[in-house]
Amino acid sequence: MFSKIGFLASAEAGASPVIPKPAEIIVGFVAFGILFLIIRARAVPRFEKAYKDRTEAIEGGLERAEVAQREAAQALQMYKTQLADARGEAAKLREEARAEGSVILEQMRTTAQEEATRITASARVSIEAERQVAFNSLLNEVGALATELASRIVGESLDDAARQSRVVERFLADVEKSK
Amino acid sequence: MRALWSQANPGFVPPSSADFDFEPIFGNSILATKPVLLVVLSVIIAGSFFTLSARKAAIVPSKLQFAGESIYTFIRNELGRDVIGPEFMRFVPFLFSLFIFILTNNVFGVIPLLQFPTMSHIGFPIGVTIFSYVTYHYVAIKKHGLGKYVKDICFMPGIPKPVYLILTPVELLTYLVIRPLTLSMRLFANMFAGHLLLLVFTLGGEYLLTSGLILKFLSLFSFGFAIGLSFFELGIQTLQAYIFTLLTALYIAGALADEH
Repeated sequence: MFSKIGFLASAEAGASPVIPKPAEIIVGFVAFGILFLIIRARAVPRFEKAYKDRTEAIEGGLERAEVAQREAAQALQMYKTQLADARGEAAKLREEARAEGSVILEQMRTTAQEEATRITASARVSIEAERQVAFNSLLNEVGALATELASRIVGESLDDAARQSRVVERFLADVEKSK
Repeated sequence: MRALWSQANPGFVPPSSADFDFEPIFGNSILATKPVLLVVLSVIIAGSFFTLSARKAAIVPSKLQFAGESIYTFIRNELGRDVIGPEFMRFVPFLFSLFIFILTNNVFGVIPLLQFPTMSHIGFPIGVTIFSYVTYHYVAIKKHGLGKYVKDICFMPGIPKPVYLILTPVELLTYLVIRPLTLSMRLFANMFAGHLLLLVFTLGGEYLLTSGLILKFLSLFSFGFAIGLSFFELGIQTLQAYIFTLLTALYIAGALADEH
């Protein structure tokens, strides 16, 4: 029994150990061939897949992080540009408003000036006209009054100086009253 | 030698090459002997272990996958990528199978109850060597064409003409005979010698155990030595599997190279 499972082999001398048994060559060849086919079909592709997946998982993670970082930087740049644009826009608007305001002010000032000039001129014209009217009417009235006064003076005695001045004063009072 | 032993210790029969011969466990066929059955077992063990370990191919490996993958990665990178170069991937299944087949069969030598390195029967190393032999020749012929391959072997470029007188036979012999012979011989002889060594100490210890009281005590040392040697053997068994695979990878790399 022992000799069969080989712990204690039979003592009888066999063939030289360097002489191969053809059956064992064939068994070795076939057995290895089978193992090779199994390994090639079942083990190697799966191991390679795990390899590839792992590489992708690691590299993919890094790549994703890089992309995110790049996007964030882009967004930051964009916001900065936008902010600068907005600032510039605001400054421009302010500038424009200021310019516009001063233009308006200038315009209004000119208009007011013109208006004032015009009003002054028209006032002057109307005053002149009124003065002319008054002068004309005064001229007529003075003539009439002078004539009337003269006739009155002539009616009274012209030699008395006191009487003369009294007549003039009375006349002026009448004029005053009739006004 | 045997006669001397017999004279000194008539009861003790030292181990010999006859200890490597097995009768069939059942029936009469050589296919039922222990070494053949062990080879079949090795295919089942190695095949199922690596199939199971690779099955899930998860990014985060289980312990089983990690164990299988470590061995695979070692062969793939150290022997495939680093030795063969850019075309290594198509040889990885072969190199990997080679390593685990030889390793499993060698390690049988120190597995309790099995305790026989199948590669100590020269037929099995020869069976495996045929694969290496055919592969490196085939690769070279496919790469360079038969004519150029033979020419490169016979007339190594850049050598003074008279040297070919010596070099050509040596090169031819190397490529056609010495390489396969040394591949299988090295593996066979290492396993054979290792197993014989273990047999000496275990059989010796067993014999001492059946002797007188003091000798019984000495048998402890013999067995202890056998156990220590078993671990040493484990190292040699792994190393031999590695060397066989490494040399095959080197031969393939040589076949792929532009100059021999």
